[in-house]
Amino acid sequence: MEQSPRQRWLAVLARSSTDDLKAAFVALAPEPDYSLLRPPETGLVMVRGRAGGDGARFNLGEMTVSRCAIRLPDGTVGHGYVAGRDQQKAELVAVFDALLQDPAGGPGLLETLIQPLARRLAQRREAEQARTDATRVDFFTLVRGD
Amino acid sequence: MQRRLHAVQPGLPDPALDAQRIFRRVLEAMARPGRIVTVDGVDTVAPLYPASVGVALTLLDHETPLYLDDAARTAAAKQHLRFHCGCPLVDDPDRAMFAILADAGALLPLERFSLGSDEYPDHGATVIVQVTGLVGGEGLRLRGPGIDGEARLGIHGVPDNLPLALTANHARFPRGVDLLFCCGAELAALPRSTTVEE
Repeated sequence: MEQSPRQRWLAVLARSSTDDLKAAFVALAPEPDYSLLRPPETGLVMVRGRAGGDGARFNLGEMTVSRCAIRLPDGTVGHGYVAGRDQQKAELVAVFDALLQDPAGGPGLLETLIQPLARRLAQRREAEQARTDATRVDFFTLVRGD
Repeated sequence: MQRRLHAVQPGLPDPALDAQRIFRRVLEAMARPGRIVTVDGVDTVAPLYPASVGVALTLLDHETPLYLDDAARTAAAKQHLRFHCGCPLVDDPDRAMFAILADAGALLPLERFSLGSDEYPDHGATVIVQVTGLVGGEGLRLRGPGIDGEARLGIHGVPDNLPLALTANHARFPRGVDLLFCCGAELAALPRSTTVEE
């Protein structure tokens, strides 16, 4: 399934660190004006998976999620959904989601904010992968004569 | 395609505390029929009064199907309720657990709402109906649980045969509907346990 641009930037924002998001917010100077549409709240989400040959759905488990919705003065609504209890992070993601929807400023912000964050996430994933690969053990089975 | 939620207004400023506060008001109205309580701190979402909006934001969630009459079914109201309450909107009043009627003329017949069953009388709908005036000390004569002797409640803007309909509703006890009358920020309740006379 194709990932839309908005899905991609929400995924990158949600996976980035709160410190990176805070720094980016400060760097926006002047601070964007926005109001809370839905104040940050933390709750549980049931994560579902598919199993079996027919892909039947099952409940994998509950996951803590924090969410927030904000509104810019022009009416644009931004949503933030992040794993965990960091409500400030959810609010920051929502603000950036709204700003990125702006046809005028969005593409620029995509370049200066999302691309670097995405690269950082990719680097972190690669480093993790390399560390994991170093622990790989190749087993081989001894075939018995009989 | 991106649907832009341009018109959505904020919900309760402090969802947890505000919902508790409003719940206590509804509880008081239901427990002491005839008493008029105030739901404050909530804005109008046209054509819904602050009291109607406050009750909706407090009591509705994804498990409470809601019926809106034609007058209430504006884009702004639907969007607000969907966004903040997450409640399913149904077209059939019989399938709704709650109803919001912006036009009190649409209140009768009460039988078209879910009346519950003998096993599950709580499945009877709670009908929120917007009226043009709520006045204590005059109008309908109320007796029953929660009322010391007799209480009087004047409800303006409702059909003339409402007392008859309420008597029929009461006769169905424990089945039946419960009514929440909203006018501006004010709220009064007539649960099915109340006897109503003119």
